[in-house]
Amino acid sequence: MKQILVISGKGGTGKTFFTGCLSVILKNKVIVDSDVDAANLHLLLHPEVKESHPFTGGKFAEIDITKCSHCNLCREICKFNAIDENFNIDRTSCEGCTICSYVCPQNAVILKERISGQYFISETKYGPLIHAKLGIAEENSGKLVTKLREIAKEVAKEKGLEHIIIDGPPGIGCPVMASMTAVDVIVAITEPTLSGVHDLSRVIDLAGYFQIPLKVVINKYDLNPEITLKIEKKLKELQIELIGKIPFSEDILSSVKKGIPFLEYSNSKELKEEIEKIADKILS
Amino acid sequence: MIISVASGKGGTGKTTVALAFALSIENSQIIDCDVEEPNIHLFLKPEIKKEIPVTAVIPEVQKEKCSFCGYCSQICAYNALSVIKIDNSGDVLLFPHLCHGCEGCIVLCPERAMTRGEREIGKVKIGYSDGFEFIEGRLNISEVLAPKVIEKAKSYVKPEKISIIDAPPGTSCPTVAAIRGSDFCVLVTEPTPFGLHDLELAYEVTKTLNVRAGVIINKSDEDSLIEAFCRERGIPILLKIPFSRKIAKAYSMGIPLVKEISEYKEDFRRILEKIK
Repeated sequence: MKQILVISGKGGTGKTFFTGCLSVILKNKVIVDSDVDAANLHLLLHPEVKESHPFTGGKFAEIDITKCSHCNLCREICKFNAIDENFNIDRTSCEGCTICSYVCPQNAVILKERISGQYFISETKYGPLIHAKLGIAEENSGKLVTKLREIAKEVAKEKGLEHIIIDGPPGIGCPVMASMTAVDVIVAITEPTLSGVHDLSRVIDLAGYFQIPLKVVINKYDLNPEITLKIEKKLKELQIELIGKIPFSEDILSSVKKGIPFLEYSNSKELKEEIEKIADKILS
Repeated sequence: MIISVASGKGGTGKTTVALAFALSIENSQIIDCDVEEPNIHLFLKPEIKKEIPVTAVIPEVQKEKCSFCGYCSQICAYNALSVIKIDNSGDVLLFPHLCHGCEGCIVLCPERAMTRGEREIGKVKIGYSDGFEFIEGRLNISEVLAPKVIEKAKSYVKPEKISIIDAPPGTSCPTVAAIRGSDFCVLVTEPTPFGLHDLELAYEVTKTLNVRAGVIINKSDEDSLIEAFCRERGIPILLKIPFSRKIAKAYSMGIPLVKEISEYKEDFRRILEKIK
């Protein structure tokens, strides 16, 4: 089984567009949308949800005000400033450390399971899709990603599928790291902007930290050919493989607007062939 | 006054809008809270005057006091501690990346064998560009406590100034930490199904945090989906910026929108008045 992660560092460089293409090209795979904060892949792949489960990630505390003696110990101990002067706990600030429940002399702290989202096992015409919806302003996106990846593996084993394609989140933080551990190859989608280059370099460092092979695609490469050249030079220096360049295309934008994977939408033979070539190079 | 700029979806133009505000209005400071991928500095090339390390508390074990009873490992909600006991000795293993710095183990250790240690997880940089103040939070590679770095960067908000906060994409803890406490949140979106979907989520975040919000449509084109959504929810559309190769090219080279097309300055001043 081979796990392929698509990330970018910077948002909006074309991760989901590209994952949509891979979903069409690769056979025998499970697809995962691990951008659990702001998942978009379902808008391209139109899944039929087969199973939906609540995701409980840790706990959150509430104070039973009828038992509370207003001693303030919990407020003093809380490092997340989650408890206000009326002993209400702000759910978006509470990180579920549960320490208040140990120090409360009145046993007034109630710990509740935190349902921080939902995850789905779905079918699409391209194969199974494992995706999720993290609750608004919730924590534990990393744990939810780990959960999705566990399920994807089970599904792949059960159905004898060869690949897991993961559409990753932007950034380099906890959901990105949870998406990255133990994948076989990372495909980083960048764009020729100073921001794109800067953010790519942080992604390269992170992949280096985890010692995972990384390959790069430059999207919208013709928006600034000079910067594209600089990226190419830099990648050569770092001995990182550039597996393809995709031009800025109104056609790609329209496919996203229509919610159709580009390879099924476009008539542009040239672009389609370029993208198919890139897919071959990911696996080689 | 604090104005945060957020989006849900990445790459819609948060940084462009945050910079446009800071460069158009008087008495501003800009705070880059996209600590995983801070980009504002690429456009301002500020002169950095100060670099402050951001640290997180981690427990340090004094082995001579420790009885290896394992209590710290039991109470740690994040599974960041593991205790091995072999006869009368043993070891306490800390997985620093899992630790949230709640200090529970330090406070509750029956032997008082834990003390407060510190670990650097990021930096805050302070500098100046064009006479206004630039503040950046930057998370170290392989660290996860982005909200801590964001809060540290926001501790440099000056109440007498108009503080522009560039928030990270998404809807979870880092985004919340960046938007929390703002007087207004500008949501930048683009007219695609992805943009709309994530705008809805970002708007929900502002509602949860009780922060007023307005929308800027970037790469504006056929906007009816976004317009219908804003009308239905009663969210004001503050500005539309059409897609143009000229703007995209300027952005790619680190040239702020209002430096490339100075007419936009007036728009951002007008929006500020409206927000006030």
